[in-house]
Amino acid sequence: MAKPATKPKVESSPAKPTASTKPPGAGDNSVTADQLKSFYRDMLLIRRFEERAGQLYGMGLIGGFCHLYIGQEAVVVGMQSTVIDKDAIITSYRDHGHMLACGMDPKGVMAELTGRASGYSKGKGGSMHMFSREKSFYGGHGIVGAQVPIGTGLAFAHKYNGNKNVSLTYFGDGSANQGQVYEAMNMAALWKLPVVYIIENNRYGMGTSVERASATTELYRHGESFGIPGERVDGMDVVAVKAAGEKAVEHARNGEGPYILEMQTYRYRGHSMSDPAKYRTKEEVDKYRNERDPIDHVRKILLDGKMTDEAALKAVDANIRKIVNDAAEFAQHSPEPDPSELWTDVLVGA
Amino acid sequence: MSIPVLMPALSPTMTEGKLAKWHVKVGDAVKSGQVICEIETDKATMEVEAVDEGTVARILIEEGVEGVKVNTPILILAAEGESVADAAKAAPAAAAAAPTAEAPKTEAPAAAKTAAPAAPAAPVAVAPAAEPEWNGKTVHMTVREALRDAMAEEMRRDDKIFLMGEEVAQYQGAYKVSQGLLEEFGAKRVIDTPITEHGFAGLGVGAAFGGLKPIVEFMTFNFAMQAMDQIINSAAKTHYMSGGQMTSPIVFRGPNGAAARVGAQHSQCYASWYAHVPGLRVLAPWSAADAKGLLKAAIRDPNPVIFLENEILYGQSFDVPEDPDFVLPIGRAKIERPGKDVTITAFSIMVGKALAAADELAKQGIDAEVINLRSLRPFDTETVVKSVKKTNRLVSVEEGWAFAGIGAELAAQMMEQAFDWLDAPVKRVHGLDVPLPYAANLEKLALPQPENIVEAAREVCNR
Repeated sequence: MAKPATKPKVESSPAKPTASTKPPGAGDNSVTADQLKSFYRDMLLIRRFEERAGQLYGMGLIGGFCHLYIGQEAVVVGMQSTVIDKDAIITSYRDHGHMLACGMDPKGVMAELTGRASGYSKGKGGSMHMFSREKSFYGGHGIVGAQVPIGTGLAFAHKYNGNKNVSLTYFGDGSANQGQVYEAMNMAALWKLPVVYIIENNRYGMGTSVERASATTELYRHGESFGIPGERVDGMDVVAVKAAGEKAVEHARNGEGPYILEMQTYRYRGHSMSDPAKYRTKEEVDKYRNERDPIDHVRKILLDGKMTDEAALKAVDANIRKIVNDAAEFAQHSPEPDPSELWTDVLVGA
Repeated sequence: MSIPVLMPALSPTMTEGKLAKWHVKVGDAVKSGQVICEIETDKATMEVEAVDEGTVARILIEEGVEGVKVNTPILILAAEGESVADAAKAAPAAAAAAPTAEAPKTEAPAAAKTAAPAAPAAPVAVAPAAEPEWNGKTVHMTVREALRDAMAEEMRRDDKIFLMGEEVAQYQGAYKVSQGLLEEFGAKRVIDTPITEHGFAGLGVGAAFGGLKPIVEFMTFNFAMQAMDQIINSAAKTHYMSGGQMTSPIVFRGPNGAAARVGAQHSQCYASWYAHVPGLRVLAPWSAADAKGLLKAAIRDPNPVIFLENEILYGQSFDVPEDPDFVLPIGRAKIERPGKDVTITAFSIMVGKALAAADELAKQGIDAEVINLRSLRPFDTETVVKSVKKTNRLVSVEEGWAFAGIGAELAAQMMEQAFDWLDAPVKRVHGLDVPLPYAANLEKLALPQPENIVEAAREVCNR
């Protein structure tokens, strides 16, 4: 049925996680000062939003599970710079950053976290289950790996409808060895579906390191047996993410089939709010925070390149702080869903 | 303005903890994300990061203090431009007045103090329209042909509908249900999949989220167990979890239950598994008319539908209305044989067995009413209750196991809604509580036969 698989173009452009690495992007003419400023702003919004979500969780205003994206901001912000209107976005339960990067309203996201009627799911979904048809954000999925076949199906729908859209399907290193992920990859390659698989390798599936969970740790090569090209990317560098993302998205958009990007990234916080993260050393976390922080990285490029100054960045910080404060206020003062909502939305038209 | 920092809850169940260690002292500047202290609970020690920025004005809880309640102010920060001394002085008042500190106390617990609020009553299900009388011409056809025609007619109406599954295209269907569809609709809309149920069920759900209307054929429902997570967690729950934003108009169909001597792994009835789940519709046709009218309804329905067919019925023929608008309402049972002495409910292949039993009972002077349930979710309680009020006796027949089965549900519903009309306990006829054996004699013993139904009906009639 399918043509013989093309030889996989598996590339690796790893950046060592050390401060001595030349800041990729510095002097890189593929990105403009305006784009860098916008990346800075978008990443900072996610960072401050997540810190506030953590605080509200600590106050008992957010319940259940709450998985923060702090440290991984460059991945989604860089990737989202490559999409066009109606490209489908789907991810796991570590989804707050993706929603903000899709342009969803921080108020609606935060209000869903607090379980209020004005949340994106009317308070019925929570942290892990939010959606926006308007922004083509298809969730927010609480079951590890389940979003991968679904994201592949969204790509199937785009191809079926004959449009030029793609599906960006994000998942973590923890799901990279799941059966359903391979099943989906096989069909995506067989039918040349326009999907980019973005593996956010933050090095730990909950408390188990990739080395302890995966027989091969080169996750970008997981599509090789299906002929899917893959690439390893420095996921702490938003400029590198953007460059790799553009290539992968173009590949999918041009009808050449799926593409895998393994983003080497790091989460600063525990797996969820209740994880003390004792499976890694403080030194390891500090090293990433102090030497590889994606926001500091862009900040440095902007300042070193005299593309902005401290005062301007301070104004951005103040603006973000206000947006996040407003979202937190809104989320605390919105009413809880009406009890009658218990029975709505079980079925369409019933 | 001084900023109070509160004792955080670090897990859904934490109410208090020990302030194990301070990482800051009065006069230190604090940045967002900076670790300010360590808190110990019975489960773990965790670092607390600052959210607000400022200068430490006063430490309210000293290192080593145990039993610090969640949301107690533990530290006062002086905001930018404010003197540390002023902030420290203002501290107790600021802490007391901190609106955020009060928020969780005033909201949730206030409601919790009163008696647990009762959930609002479930909305009364709007009964679907009764089945219209189809008096026009009929055509005699097999269940297999009826299913194929239903799909073909709907695919002609709506080009968003496509069929995918193992062997549905070039092979013409493992049981030849999709015969001719590839020729008519082409490879874009009739798609052979790899033998990967979990993957293609999930892909189908994604396509449905993306606006298409997939029909996913499982070669048999036994294999759908591999896809269960996508069917339940992704297809059935997402409409609710998204507050109504996402829809999943998808049909999962294929043969369910025992075929003939294929052993335990290929012979199981999943009716009660799926009927358990809110967010799904579950249909189980018996006749070719059921198959055609209900499959068309399933494809048109905007919800995920589980469509349980039966391999043995595929080759059986029935009269089907020729009317191209013939569609059956979802949620309506059908009285296949009116009677006055005992009600027998059944679905799928068991309807035929129940009718055979009714013929035998008639010879013995018992007039049985046979109800073809057809729709297991929503369930047509109304029709069964009405019948029981007339006959005062109920026998439930199903091929699956009894425990937590459809018959168990029916018995409970009769207790709730027809207790005063029952003259005998509800009797269940069902598959025996064993994995289905291969040997012909054992298999026959394990599955309900007409004589078992006759015996049960006589028992509830005291005959």
